[in-house]
Amino acid sequence: MFTKILVPVDLAHVDNLSRALEVAADIALHYNASVTYVGVTAETPGSLGHNPTEYAKHLAQFAQDQGKRYGFETAARAVVSHDPATDLDKSLARAVKEAGADLVVMATHVPNVVDHFWPSHGGKLATHTDASVFLVRG
Amino acid sequence: MSDDGIPAPEGAAALIETDYEIGQDNITPNVGPFGLDIHNPVFLISGLSIVAFVLVTLAFQEQSGEIFTHLRNWLTQTFDWFFLTAANIFVVFCLFLIVSPYGKVRIGGKEASPDYSYGGWFAMLFAAGMGIGLMFYGVSEPISHFSSSFADNAGTPESWAPLAGAAGDAEAARRLGMAATIFHWALHPWAIYAVVALSLALFSFNKGLPLTVRSIFYPIFGERIWGWPGHIIDILAVFATLFGLATSLGFGAEQANAGLNHLFGVPVNDVSKVLLIAAISGLALLSVVAGLDAGVKRLSEINMALATLLLLFVIIVGPTAAILTGFFANLKAYVIDLPALSNPFGRTDDNFRQGWTAFYWAWWISWSPFVGMFIARVSRGRTVREFLVAVLIVPMLVSVLWMTAFGGTAISQIVNDGYTAVSDAALELKLFAMLEALPLKSVTSLIAIVLVIVFFVTSSDSGSLVIDTITAGGKVDAPVPQRVFWAAFEGLIAIALLLGGGLGALQAMAVSTGFPFTIVLLLACYATWRGLRSEPR
Repeated sequence: MFTKILVPVDLAHVDNLSRALEVAADIALHYNASVTYVGVTAETPGSLGHNPTEYAKHLAQFAQDQGKRYGFETAARAVVSHDPATDLDKSLARAVKEAGADLVVMATHVPNVVDHFWPSHGGKLATHTDASVFLVRG
Repeated sequence: MSDDGIPAPEGAAALIETDYEIGQDNITPNVGPFGLDIHNPVFLISGLSIVAFVLVTLAFQEQSGEIFTHLRNWLTQTFDWFFLTAANIFVVFCLFLIVSPYGKVRIGGKEASPDYSYGGWFAMLFAAGMGIGLMFYGVSEPISHFSSSFADNAGTPESWAPLAGAAGDAEAARRLGMAATIFHWALHPWAIYAVVALSLALFSFNKGLPLTVRSIFYPIFGERIWGWPGHIIDILAVFATLFGLATSLGFGAEQANAGLNHLFGVPVNDVSKVLLIAAISGLALLSVVAGLDAGVKRLSEINMALATLLLLFVIIVGPTAAILTGFFANLKAYVIDLPALSNPFGRTDDNFRQGWTAFYWAWWISWSPFVGMFIARVSRGRTVREFLVAVLIVPMLVSVLWMTAFGGTAISQIVNDGYTAVSDAALELKLFAMLEALPLKSVTSLIAIVLVIVFFVTSSDSGSLVIDTITAGGKVDAPVPQRVFWAAFEGLIAIALLLGGGLGALQAMAVSTGFPFTIVLLLACYATWRGLRSEPR
């Protein structure tokens, strides 16, 4: 049913992603799909690297570790954005299209009042890409 | 596994090895439904002391106006030599870097490529840097200098004329008035911005340090920069940015209100100005939520297009030949008078030197953390030489053209046509009075008001981004509600200060934050030179 799964990851908060990562692994193994881990970074230095190249290495290592742990094919995709805080949805949508993903598995927060006027990332992805979107509460 | 999507390496750069991890001092509290990611002492101390400051200003409205004005006068009169000397050092430093081998260093690493095209890049740095000022002073300042230079008392201690003035000589007064105006808007202000921008870009993109002002001082303070010396520098930068922006918001509200009154009869009072600030802060808020590309950059481009349209209109329907020949004549006058105008010592034009030049330099310096940081953020991939030519020389030429078109046309209206409405009008109405004498006055006045408002927004939104980054410890991906908070907060401060003490208070605050930051900028020159020496060329 699914051949390529895309999992958005915030490497600074991997602890919050454990359930989403496990769900992605279960589905990947069930359908024999590959998993692409995608992260969005700025050009400016951050906690995960001095520049996008260093960030991409961290992400690639993360993807490799996930592949070894669960035993499926993985890839990493670092998307560089001028303003990650606001361009996250656009960057992820672009990654979904470029990677040719047919399923997105992503962690999501418990909804609160803000969601009434600030659309969620999962909702945006569902309305702006052709992929199915599976939201996993942390 | 594959590694598709990984960006190409940026090439050689001399990274600074430090144990500090960006965001390590940040806290992530939840305020109601909002999750925050803020630098612990910097955000809290800046935010709380600014709130305290605004409350005190509101509680003691009359006294605050007096105190701020006194402070401004004292600083510009006592330390005028310091402001002038420092600004000269910044110009010489930038010109030296352009011709030196360090000009070959590329921001972001040897193989980095620019993030923005020349058009988008230039629009953003210009809109953030001096947009509102050009609208406000484009007509009024040349007329002020022309009038004071032409007046009978030019050259006396009471006069506000630059240098010795040119009493009774209209042509010489015109030349001196334009040279003095351009002096305040050309090399010196952009050199101030360039010093901050280049040092921030170098220490962030090449050295790998967080994009905050403290990073510039790593060569001086070393690892101590992550402690209180760094906190103080960043807090000072937040203060300078907020008060610099508040000055601009005050000026903009005043002029937009006067323009709306002129065009549509909107009453000129505090209510109108407060509503204007609220509306403009609201637009800035939408812009920061849309982000750097979809909001700030797009608005800056719209702004530049409108400004170009207005400029071309004035050139075409105004005294076209005089403006075109005046461009070169004014440029020449500026170059000839530059040594005398920038000389800090042994001058007799105290009113001009202290009241205009020292005030301007302090004002630009108070803006420099935010404009410099914003320019730095959008300048990755340029060489130092390309960066400095674009940040220093191009804006200088644009400023000369703008001042020649607007100020030169206004002076021609007075001298050649005997049209005195422009000299009689209040400061904030001079632009509209000048446009009134040209065809299609309603259309051009409307464009001028829209420009004032959009320039307002483009300064406020980029300022909010900068303050958000500083108070998030250099993180550019902090939660969006934080930048919303700063955009709204800036508007509130502008309103509080406007009601508390009017523009005198606003100006004084800008000057007082500019003073300590001048020292910071001088140290930045040294740090940048040291940083550049270790970069591959």
